[in-house]
Amino acid sequence: MKQSLAVDLNGVAFPLPVLAASGCLGTGRDTPALVDLHRLGGVVTRSLTLAPSKGTPTPRMAETPSGLLTSVGVQNPGVEEFVAEDLPRLAKAGVPVVASVAGRSLEEYLRVTSHLQARAGVVALELYLGTDDQERGHGDPFYQRLDRIVEIVGSVSRMSRLPVFVKLPALLPDLVETAGSCVRAGAHGLTLIDAVPGLAVDPVRLKPKLATAVGGLSGPAIKPIALAAIFRVAQAMPDVPIMGVGGVTTGSDAVEFLLAGAWAVQVGTAMLVNPSAPVEIAQGLLRYLKDKGIASPADLRGRLRVQRAPQASEGAP
Amino acid sequence: MRRVRAEILNARKIGAYHSLTLVAPEVAERARPGQFVSVAMPEDRTFLLRRHFSIHQASRRGGWAGTLEFVFDPQGVGTTWLSEAKAHQFLDVIGPLGRPYAYPRKLTNCLLIAEGRGAAPIYFLAQELRARGKRVDMLIGAEDQEHVFRAIDGKRLSQTIGIVTADGSMGERGSIVDLLEEMAVGSGAQVVYAAGRRGTLRAVADFCAERQIPSQVAVEEQMACGMGMCFTCTVPVIRKDGSGYDNLRACTDGPVFNPARILWDRWMGDEPRLLPTPPEGFPVVRTWPG
Repeated sequence: MKQSLAVDLNGVAFPLPVLAASGCLGTGRDTPALVDLHRLGGVVTRSLTLAPSKGTPTPRMAETPSGLLTSVGVQNPGVEEFVAEDLPRLAKAGVPVVASVAGRSLEEYLRVTSHLQARAGVVALELYLGTDDQERGHGDPFYQRLDRIVEIVGSVSRMSRLPVFVKLPALLPDLVETAGSCVRAGAHGLTLIDAVPGLAVDPVRLKPKLATAVGGLSGPAIKPIALAAIFRVAQAMPDVPIMGVGGVTTGSDAVEFLLAGAWAVQVGTAMLVNPSAPVEIAQGLLRYLKDKGIASPADLRGRLRVQRAPQASEGAP
Repeated sequence: MRRVRAEILNARKIGAYHSLTLVAPEVAERARPGQFVSVAMPEDRTFLLRRHFSIHQASRRGGWAGTLEFVFDPQGVGTTWLSEAKAHQFLDVIGPLGRPYAYPRKLTNCLLIAEGRGAAPIYFLAQELRARGKRVDMLIGAEDQEHVFRAIDGKRLSQTIGIVTADGSMGERGSIVDLLEEMAVGSGAQVVYAAGRRGTLRAVADFCAERQIPSQVAVEEQMACGMGMCFTCTVPVIRKDGSGYDNLRACTDGPVFNPARILWDRWMGDEPRLLPTPPEGFPVVRTWPG
């Protein structure tokens, strides 16, 4: 049987189901020589804002067990400079680009979105909702309020000619409900999950290790959290494309994400350690498909064998 | 930038430090003083990130051709693991990374300041400067004698050397700052290079700014990838035209910066905040002496 790694996320096609996650490959300028863009399924850019953003003060990172805690803010050159300087380089390399959109107001999301329409190379948008809502959220992230999520996702999706993926954190009060609301508001698909809030403490200096105190945890430490989120959402909405992200490091991890219900995976922290991680993950996935005689990653999707959930009364003493 | 599987040729202890010499011709050939390498940790450990080390020695010729040496102080889990590494073991190494020190074209008298393991890149720099016919003087500082890295090499490489330790166990008692003026005047320093802790680098920066001595410092900042991808290791640096500043990455835009262009208050203040650019802009800092 001839295997192919190509995937189609309801109209958004990637040559392979392994993409670089947002924040781990910059925006396209000075991509390290060790990263082979041609062998990536796609690149999700750093989150883009309307004006250039300087991000947070340092220290911005701390290493935690099996994880990486970071708080970079949304440092980026601004969407106009991205379109003029960075995007042509990514487009020239022929890699599909998913542009990550951020903002601090609904207007900013919409204006960033408008700059990204009909640009060669951009195949989809990914909405990042972790920035502070300075309009109505009193500085809390947008994802903390369902009405704001729906408002942003709805407005951007109605306006954008590009399919819109919404990146959601796992620790929402009702993730499945929120995901459903996003889809009803017009989202094409979902990216699960955003980094998990974490705190690292320096006991000698009695200070947090990051300048912003709380940061986002990534890496293998959050993999089970990501898998659970993907699994729950995919069970509820099997026809909605999900890009899985959170600790994918090996080919086997990618297989696990697909089995849980992801349509493709994004690689973040693993790439910072091993710049050829996405290539090795894709190779591992291909080997798995060959060994099992499965034709395509799509045939793996959601194939996790689960027993019927036990009733509350069953097994109780 | 190359990624290689490098064999450890030699692992030894030098005072408080550990030194590893690797066979890595692809990296050694390109390495320049101030650059660093990143070393992967074992995959089965809970600490994921690569560790970054200044290059101490990169031999292109002679009996050690194709080798590369770096030095570290085993303090954390990663460096402790590395300190147990033995000869003939292999390491996953990426390098050389970062922007190296620049050499002055016309000026000749160079004062090199190194604190603790900062001496590792500084000795490499001293060799390269001497090969270009420059006068090298050194000021070495550390907590104690154990942390003065290879004092004999320092003496061999420099015209005059000042050694200062916090506890007075070697050289004079005190800090680099105490000896800075005396050394700079005594050696007729025209250019200053430094590597060490932030506080010391800042003192060097202030001293050089006051006297208008061109200088370059190698900074350290918490770094995840070392290749410019993660944007965690940023330093606020004034633009060339003074119109504002940018958070530049220590890994790819540095680690060597002109200290007169670093916004030290914003970078290392007690409450580092990214304030807006003042309306009059920042002072324009003259560029490196061509």
